[in-house]
Amino acid sequence: MSGSVITAITLPKFGLAMTEGKVVVWHKEEGELVERGEEIADIETSKITNGYQSPAAGILRRRVAMLGEDLPVGALIAILAPAAVTDEEIERFIAGFVAPAREKAEEGTPAPETREIGGRMTRFLRVGNGEGPPFVLIHGFGGDLNSWMFNTPTLAAKATVYALDLPGHGGSSKTLATGDLAELVAAVRAFLVAEGIVTAHLVGHSLGGAVALALARDEPARAASLSLIAPAGLGAEINREFIEGFITAERRRPLQVVLEKLFADPALVSREMAEDVLRYKRLDGALTALKAIAAAHFADGLQQIDLRRALAGLAMPVQVLWGGRDAILPSRQAEGLPEAVAVHVFPEAGHMPQMEAMAAVNERLLRMLPTPPK
Amino acid sequence: MSHKSFRQAIFEALRQEMQRDPRVILMGEDVAGGRGAPGEQDAWGGPLGVTKGLFPEFGPERVLDTPITESAFIGAAAGAAATGLRPVADLMFIDFMGVCFDQIMNQAAKFRYMFGGKATTPLVIRTMYGAGLRAASQHSQCLYPLFTHIPGLKVVIPSSPYDAKGLMIQAIRDDDPVIFCEHKAMYDIQEEVPDEAYTIPFGEANFTREGRDVTIVALGRMVMFANQAADMLAKEGISASVLDPRTTSPLDRDSILESVAETGRLVVVDEAHPRCNMATDIAALVAEEVFDALKAPIRKVTPPHTPVPFSAALEDRYIPSPEKITAAARAVMQHARALA
Repeated sequence: MSGSVITAITLPKFGLAMTEGKVVVWHKEEGELVERGEEIADIETSKITNGYQSPAAGILRRRVAMLGEDLPVGALIAILAPAAVTDEEIERFIAGFVAPAREKAEEGTPAPETREIGGRMTRFLRVGNGEGPPFVLIHGFGGDLNSWMFNTPTLAAKATVYALDLPGHGGSSKTLATGDLAELVAAVRAFLVAEGIVTAHLVGHSLGGAVALALARDEPARAASLSLIAPAGLGAEINREFIEGFITAERRRPLQVVLEKLFADPALVSREMAEDVLRYKRLDGALTALKAIAAAHFADGLQQIDLRRALAGLAMPVQVLWGGRDAILPSRQAEGLPEAVAVHVFPEAGHMPQMEAMAAVNERLLRMLPTPPK
Repeated sequence: MSHKSFRQAIFEALRQEMQRDPRVILMGEDVAGGRGAPGEQDAWGGPLGVTKGLFPEFGPERVLDTPITESAFIGAAAGAAATGLRPVADLMFIDFMGVCFDQIMNQAAKFRYMFGGKATTPLVIRTMYGAGLRAASQHSQCLYPLFTHIPGLKVVIPSSPYDAKGLMIQAIRDDDPVIFCEHKAMYDIQEEVPDEAYTIPFGEANFTREGRDVTIVALGRMVMFANQAADMLAKEGISASVLDPRTTSPLDRDSILESVAETGRLVVVDEAHPRCNMATDIAALVAEEVFDALKAPIRKVTPPHTPVPFSAALEDRYIPSPEKITAAARAVMQHARALA
């Protein structure tokens, strides 16, 4: 048997900032058959613990990573190989495997840029180098471009990807005129113009979904496709406790309880995640901005914007992705949409399917790209 | 957002608050520097250059060089705070507290209480502490436990440039006297710090490492050493949390207890003299509140009970090191194994 039939499973890079991680749970025993796309292990990083879906099929011959052992991205964690491959060959493969140096894993982390657009600072991340229309990723209420940390690397392998911070959020200016939908849409439009993006694959999450949808409605030519992830604007109901708690919580412990509502698995909310959110909320003006946006969109615990009709007239491909266990915006708001709109519900994910079901969401997003000619 | 040093982070906090609020003033020895000698204005900006650049921008009305008389200018700052300004006074070395302690302990800390809540004292005292600069026993101490002992004072010990900026802005906006302790060996440490102004609330600890086996509580410069220790321990299969209380008064008791309840083991690192320091205080808290969670005796990592040595060789031995912290963590782990 030649070495080429041995498949090295290495520690994946879940997010742009991820440099190391560890296996915390194995989902497969040695000797078990693993299908491509089947969860092989849970990988813990400082940001999130996530199931890792095997990139290849085969028999799990060896679990190389020890549970809880800190490993650099790219380190060997498991070996897939047919039964005919001998243990000696596997030993030789493991012995000869060269793990990347830690520094190397840190090198390629792209940094966000900030530029002044229409009188306000806008922070954004640009990665990838595709030829066609880029992906433009628009985060939700209280989020920032890091909401897409598990999606940008995968998308950037096939296309240019922009992720921006909405006004009042992340590293963008906190000063708002009204904080209403029109202001947010205008800011995204100004960003596209400033970056010379004529047409984009628009992707919006939650409030960012409403922004993307409104933009596609107002300027259909801007959208090569539209992917709405648990978007706002498709129903009145919203988790008022979350919105109010997110605004009110000033400290880590109460904020963690609020952030747990975002995920089907509350254990995903680490102290570091809460600290990251607090780093944003502590900035002068952030709280005022959040209150203004909440008042404009979610006053009295109900969504104030209704974009269902906007979906009807759109000519570009449109898909709606939702977590079946979304506790912020219920997935039933995806029911009764126009027939042309493809709806995909990921039953095990909460309000952040781009994190909790990152592989499935990434795959759905990539399907919006034209198939390359054979 | 850009890379900034600890020094730049504090400078930026002072500058942004002085721009925002005309009541904020600076006073201290050499905070302007060379004032009065033509051509030498803004020469120093304090002994380590933290306030350099503020004198040209804000002028002699708001950046005041004072005589070398701590009892006078700390007293003046307390009075100015009680009567409407928001002074940031530079008590150059924490070791000099002795000459002005009445102004701090009996005056600034007590105004709110003695005047029945009718007076506030929005005073910040910046001061340098810590060993490692070959400055001998009168310029190297970590006297923050003495301030922590006094009710009415808030005591801040930042461990990173990000924390330094946010805690300084919080200190200036706070209506009570705040002792802001800067380790003199940390000014050139760099990290990402937002350009915008932000505040970190007092009494909110920060986890700089997350682990399951042992909690290491550390303050100021010791947080860096504890992080290095945690990284070394990880290679040995020991998973350590590092918890930085950020402020000793108020103290985030809940986060300390939460972490020890998770790990069952505690190492406290404190660069202050070992008797009646933060390590004893935190050890007592844990022993009293979560005794049943403990799987091993609490270990303290502190210097010996001596003045800071002038001998370089001895000073290096005196300061808690990452190696001493890892040794303490290994010891609490081994104790647990002996029980099992």
